[in-house]
This record gives sequence, structure tokens and C-alpha cells, in this order.
Amino acid sequence: MSELTSKTIADLRRGLGSREFSAREVAEAFNSAVAAAKTLNAYTIETPEDALAAAEAADSGKATGALAGIPLGIKDLFATEGVDTTAGSRILKGFKPPYESTVTANLRKAGAGMLGKLNMDEFAMGSSNETSAYGPVISPWRRHGSNVGLTPGGSSGGSAAAVAAGIAPGATGTDTGGSIRQPAAFAGICGIKPTYGRCSRWGVVAFASSLDQAGPMAKSVRDCAILLEAMAGFDPKDSTSLDLPVPQWEANLSSDLSGKRVGIPTEYRIDGVPAEINDLWDRGIQWLRDAGATPVTIRLPHTKYALPTYYIIAPAEASSNLARYDGVRYGLRVEGVKTLDDMYSATRAEGFGAEVKRRIMIGTYVLSAGFYDAYFTKAQKVRALIKQDFRDAFEQCDVILTPTAPSAAFGIGETTDPLAMYLNDVFAVPASLAGLPAMSVPGGLDGQGLPLGLHLIGNELDEQTVLNAGLAIEERAGFNARPEKWW
Amino acid sequence: MADAGAPFRIKGETGEWEVVIGLEVHAQITATASKLFSGAATAFGAEPNTQVSLVDAAMPGMLPVPNRECIRQAVRTGMALDAKINAWSRFDRKNYFYADLPQGYQISQLYHPLVGEGEIEVLVDEKDDVSAKRIGIERIHVEQDAGKLMHDQHATMSYVDLNRCGVALMEIVSRPDMRSPAEAGAYLRKLRAILRYVGSCDGNMEEGSMRADVNVSVRKPDGELGTRTETKNVNSVRFVMAVVEHEAKRQVEVLENGGQIVQETRLFDPDKGVTRTLRTKEDAHDYRYFPDPDLLPLELDDAFLDECRGSLPELPDAKRKRYEALGITPYNASVLTAEVETARWFDALLDAGAEPKQAANWVVAELFGALNRRGESIEASPVSPAQATELLGLVADGTISGTIAKQVFEIMLESGEGAAAIVESRGLKQTSDTGAIDAEIDKVLAANADKVEQYKAGKEALFGFFVGQTMKAMAGKANPQLVNERLRAKLTG
Repeated sequence: MSELTSKTIADLRRGLGSREFSAREVAEAFNSAVAAAKTLNAYTIETPEDALAAAEAADSGKATGALAGIPLGIKDLFATEGVDTTAGSRILKGFKPPYESTVTANLRKAGAGMLGKLNMDEFAMGSSNETSAYGPVISPWRRHGSNVGLTPGGSSGGSAAAVAAGIAPGATGTDTGGSIRQPAAFAGICGIKPTYGRCSRWGVVAFASSLDQAGPMAKSVRDCAILLEAMAGFDPKDSTSLDLPVPQWEANLSSDLSGKRVGIPTEYRIDGVPAEINDLWDRGIQWLRDAGATPVTIRLPHTKYALPTYYIIAPAEASSNLARYDGVRYGLRVEGVKTLDDMYSATRAEGFGAEVKRRIMIGTYVLSAGFYDAYFTKAQKVRALIKQDFRDAFEQCDVILTPTAPSAAFGIGETTDPLAMYLNDVFAVPASLAGLPAMSVPGGLDGQGLPLGLHLIGNELDEQTVLNAGLAIEERAGFNARPEKWW
Repeated sequence: MADAGAPFRIKGETGEWEVVIGLEVHAQITATASKLFSGAATAFGAEPNTQVSLVDAAMPGMLPVPNRECIRQAVRTGMALDAKINAWSRFDRKNYFYADLPQGYQISQLYHPLVGEGEIEVLVDEKDDVSAKRIGIERIHVEQDAGKLMHDQHATMSYVDLNRCGVALMEIVSRPDMRSPAEAGAYLRKLRAILRYVGSCDGNMEEGSMRADVNVSVRKPDGELGTRTETKNVNSVRFVMAVVEHEAKRQVEVLENGGQIVQETRLFDPDKGVTRTLRTKEDAHDYRYFPDPDLLPLELDDAFLDECRGSLPELPDAKRKRYEALGITPYNASVLTAEVETARWFDALLDAGAEPKQAANWVVAELFGALNRRGESIEASPVSPAQATELLGLVADGTISGTIAKQVFEIMLESGEGAAAIVESRGLKQTSDTGAIDAEIDKVLAANADKVEQYKAGKEALFGFFVGQTMKAMAGKANPQLVNERLRAKLTG
């Protein structure tokens, strides 16, 4: 059975199509694998019956969509009807929405089942999964000869760990400032954040509305294309959703990059990044050259302002988006207090973790009278400049290649300084601010045996070139390392 | 109020004070049955929490989607107020915590409102066209209403009703251009009339679909503007005028006693007729406005704007001028256009062919009187415009006299019969038979020979007496003009 759990979605689909195995066998294999991997703490809730029901529909021919019989892990940020949806937070503990997010509804329409909800940083705020109210996810990866528990990255850490450990063939993630790409890199899998607006945000618990985008995480570039096609699409319930047809990304996959120019941004060579990562970057350039592309040096002059800009805009939006968790209508309410204000403070003090509180305070501060212009308005202006940087760059290139993260996975509890933690997203955040599609593809292992990712940023709506460049790297990197099972 | 033309002044111990008033009117967009950003219904008086969508309750992951019809109604309203329509506007979040505000923020428009500057003309003393005054509109923005707290349901807890939550409001902000309670009242009445003409808001202040925040300050005439207070949620024209009156006097007293006005929010107590402090500037919220990232900027194209403009009805001022041009007196024209239902009814009367002047007099004197007596609204008038036209036609062509017309109208009100049929069946037709009239006149003069003497001796006022007696003798059916003519001939002959 374990061989089923190591297959890509494309292979599972092929096997199901040729009746080599049944959807029920697939679901059961993953359900058992999930049940046996509790140590990883990747799932916050398991829904084996859901996966089995979808398998039944596929086996009986009722479900015929692109994902018929494929069970998936769903990040706990997506509202799933009748199933706990908590965004990794105490404040939503036990919350069962009476509605299903558009993205998961799309996946279900395509025939996918749900293995369970995946652990994550609280409200998607974090880069290590350590801010989850359920405790951290333990990465299936370990350093050579070490038993130290590593983080799978974040915030989609449960998703990354689940795919890497073979307890989900694919998973949904969300990316606000790198939350799909950094954990994908840490876990040696693929993950793509599409152009802002491709995936509906309806039913996805909001962190920072102008940045949040859902996307798939899976073992291969092809799997990402398959999943993204099912997830994406115009949704009239989300005003920021793009009213465009979903391209046939999978059918148009091609690793032939002839005529394509790959931008290499000078500003992404930053101090303190391990040589191994820069070496991998250089190898990535060579692989794309081998695929027919021409490397060109580009400038993204406002890159160094991206992180501070992000850490003004994202907390500002979050401070407002999270105001609804007030104990009045749903979720946690601390009783035994005298006034409404007391109930708010007690509920929010108990319901939110330290990182969420920090960001709410930062966001509240930057929006305050007297500080608004100096912080928020300025950040919006810088964001416009960063977008312009990319517009200029894409005059000269078709896709941009950078490292995904400035380090490999680190140990749980190793990074305690919030600012050091924020640096994880230094390469990921500019594309988020610009709303551009971006993907992490595994490139190799570092000296300690941990995966490193390469990062591709595409022009608006050009997921295809990102996926194609990702495929070219995947074919040439020959990355097939999987964590040794210790759990 | 003071004599027309004389400015309104508060007489204090240190001399006269001028009052400066600005109104922020919240008008619910009642033209649509659904809320500003969700599909939920908006009927007044529904059971608590039965008109609440997932969006209104701010469930996790829910998103607002602008309601096109709400935007359209706000644009039409702006056009009716002669205001600049901003083809590019944007929604902002106004952040604060309260139990009636599920999102923890109100979606409003601070930085880029949908509608910019405009103005309306008000007639402060409606019988006197001379005191027309223009009141500036600063802006109209569109925003969500909040829910309601119910404090009387439980001994120690408050309940929340979210039915009103997310309902579309237009906030219509005036310039501080008003200078008296009467002006504030006239402005509010005129604004309400325009909204009701446009159809965007039903103007129902009792049900809360229109309410005003009243900004008041006082100063020495034409001096520097004073510090203002804002009295929130005042829900009738009368109360608005009372707030201005009370607040201006209170401020003058404070200032003359050496005190200072603090910028604060106040509440009006209709039972006591006073305002009291709700919160001062010190505990005012910092609303942390910022553009709502869930919503794209609102961009209106020319086709949309053209449709909005094209769908506007004739507005009160234009209608009043048209009526005046038809020979209707300014007073009647202004009464007939003050309420959209009256104007619609009167237009139907004109369409049915009634003579404008005669029809206007009749509506203002007879129809209004009858409706008042019967406690009926003009839409529910038992006499239709077509029936009224028939009645007026019978007067105009001399079939019946004005006096008989009153009788016929009363019968119409009771029986619903047509005027001509009533005249016919009851034999009320006016007679122009000079022989019959002469015969009756002769009898009247013979029976009142002493008065004839007095008349001939110069007591001309007795003429009316002879007319009355003749009409009485003919049961009111004689053509009054003929009676006059024949009488005069006989008395002078």
C-alpha cells in the first residue's frame, strides 16, 4: 500500500484510469498513513470518511472530474462545511462553518476527497508553524545523523509536511508573503501561488486581503498544474476575483524554454545567505539555460524595502480582518466579565497567540491617526514602486529565478527573534506585494541533507511560464529525495 | 420664526448670537430590497436576525460584493442634488469595536466618496418665494448600517439583532450653511422630498430610514466659527429644529457664563427636549480608516451614468416652476410639489385634462380638506384624478356652480359615483334659463322691498344678499354669473 502514498497525483490518476487500483484503495492507503503519522502533528482533524466517500463516488463512476478519487489535505484556513475550521487558532476552536470555501468546493466538484484539515501557523502568521494553537508541525525531514525536530516552514507547514511525508498526495495552501513557497522549499516539494485573483478568497479565513492567495502544494510541477486548474476560477462572491477563463496549464506544460529570457535580479544576492543556496541558484540558471532559456541580469531596485513594506501592509489589514473575532457570535468567548469591553479583551487575550497579537498591535499602530501617512500611505507608495520594478523587469525577461528562502529548514524553537523569523520571506514577499504568480521547486539537498528550493516569479497571469520553467528545473535537478520514515 | 428676511438671532446678555448649523443625514437606500454588500433582505420590522447573511454576520472568510442597484440609487440621488458624481470612488474601513458591528469595522467612504459637491434650494418661509436659500452639499458617501442592541430582553444581558446590519445608507453631508432652526427644518424637508421623488429613500423618519446628525455652533454675527457639537440620530424634522434651538441656547449660556464649548457628541432626549453628552473628543475613537482591501475601486462608466441621469424623474424645483408657468400661484405650486405623491396625483389630474389654475385651487382647498377630514392620504384618495377632472370640467363649462361642485364632491367621496352621473341623477345641473332666474329674482325683490329701497339709497353691500336669496330660492342651481347680471339689470333698471 505504501507505494500508493508515494505516487504523484498524475500517477494516481493514471492508475485509477487503468483500474490498476481503486480509489477506495488509494483513500484507505492515505487514511492509514495519516493515522500512523500523528507524531508529525500535520493534521488538526482527520476526515477519513470524507476521503472514502469521495473514493466511493469515483469508483462507482458518479464522480468523473479531473480529481476523481484523489484525496487531499486541506489547510485549516479553508472553510469546510460542518468540519472544524480554526485557522490554527484557539479563538476559533470548535468552529464548524455552515459553508464551504469556493476553492475546496471547486476541488470537490472535480471529485477530490478530504483527508483532513492541515495544521498551520495561527491565522497564517508565521514561517515555522510554531504559532499554531495545536502546537508545531514536525517536519518529516531531519538533518543527517540528528534527531532534532525541524520546522516544515510556514504558514502552510502542515500542508508541506503532509505531502513530503506521503500522508497526502497534494494539499491546499495559502500564501500571503511566502506561506506556500517557503514551506514547499523546506519540505522538498512544489508549491505555486497564482496571480492574485486567480483563486477565490471566499471562505478562506482572511489574514491580509490584498495579499492572500490560495494555491496547491504537491510532489511535482504537473501535480501543481492539475490542482491549480481545479482550484482557480472566477467567483462572483469575491470582488477581487479575476473574471477570466482558467487556462489549461497541465495540457500546455512544456520544459522547452527556447526563446525565453530568465531574469536574475542583482538585488537578490544578499549578505548572510549560505553559499550552498547561492550555488544552487547558479545551478538553476544553468538548468534553465540548458532548457533553451537565456539568462539576463535584471534590476529590482526596491527589493530591499519589500519586507518592511509587507510588515506594514499585512499587519494593517490583519488588525482589521481579525476584529470580527470578538466572542459575540462564534468561536471562543470568555465569560464572567462585567462589560462588553472586558469581554473583548478577555476573549482576544485568551484566544489569540503571541504572534497574532504582535501583528494586530503593529497593524493598529500603523493605521493610527498621526502615523497613518508615515507608515501605511508610504508603504502603499512603495508597494506601487515594487510593482513598477516588476513591470520594468518583465520588459526584459519572461520569468525570474531566485532562491526561495535564505536558509534550509531550521529547528523548532531555534528562531525566537520575530525579525529573524520575518527574514525567511525576504525572497518571497516582493512577488506577493506585486500580486504575481510564483512557485518553489525543489533543487537539491544541502550539506545536512535538507531540501533547498528554487523560486520562479512570473508576469501577471503567466502561470504557464512559471510552471514550464519549474518543469525544466524539475527534470534537470532530478530531485527525488524523500525523508526517511522515522515517525 | 422671525420676520422673513430678518436673520435669526439668539439674544444673550452680551448681545446677539448667530447659530451655524450643518446636517449629516443618513438615508437608507430603500429602493432596493437587499443590502449594500450582501444579498440579504431589508424589510422593516422583521423578526430579529431573520434578514442576516453570512456576510452580514461577518463569518470567517466572508467577503463583501457591492450591490449595483445601491450604487445606482446613490448616484441618481447625487444627480438630483446637482452634485458632482465621482466616476472613481473607493470604500474604506472605519474600525471600531461594538456588539452591533460584526465585522469590527464599517465599510464606508472617507477618502474618495461617490458623490462630491452639490446644493439644494430651500424655501424657508414657504409662502414667500423671496427667502429662497441655497444650502451646499459637501458630499454623499455610501456606507453600511450597523445592527441593533436590544437591552430589554434579559435581566443582565443585551441581545443583538443584525437585521439592519449591512443595510445601505447614503450619508448626505451639508455645508454649515444653515442659520436658524427653520432653515434646518426646511433643508431636511426639501432633502426628504428630493429623495422621495428620486425614489432612493422612502424618507420614513419614524422607521429610521432617514435620520440626522445635527452639528451646531454659535458665534457673534459674522465672527469666527465657534466650536461645534454633534447631536446624533435625530429622527424627525421637529426634533432637528428642537435640537438646534436647545443646543444654540445652551451654548450661548455656557459661553456667556465664561465657559467653553467642547467638541463632543450629544444625544437628544425627545421627552425632555434637551441634549446631553454622549462622549467627548477625549474618548472619541481613532477609527483607523484605510481602503478596504476586499473591494476594488468603484469605477462608473458613461453608459451607467447616462442611465442614472436618464432615469431621473422631474424634480420638485423644476416641477414647481412648470406649475407656475401654467399660471398656478407660487404658493399652490410649492404646496403641490412638496410631496411626491401629491405631485404625482396632480400631474395625473393635468394629464386627464384639468385646467391647471382651477385644478390647483381645488386640490389645495377642497381635496386636501376632504382628505384631512377623512384622515386619508392622497394615494388612497377615494376620488381619482380622472373623476376629479370630470367634476372640474362640469364647473368650467358652467354645468354646475362652485357651490354645487362642493356638494357633488361630497357625494363622490361617499358613493364613488361619477360627477356627471351625480349631477344628472340628483338634478343638480345649473340653470341658465333666464326666464326662470328672472321669475325668482322678481319674487325675491318683491319680498324684500325695504332692502331694495336701502340698496337704491346707496347701501350697495346688499347686492350680495339679493344674490344669496336668489341662489337659495333656486337651490344653488342658478348660474351665478347670470344671477349677477340679471339682478344688476333689474336693480338699476
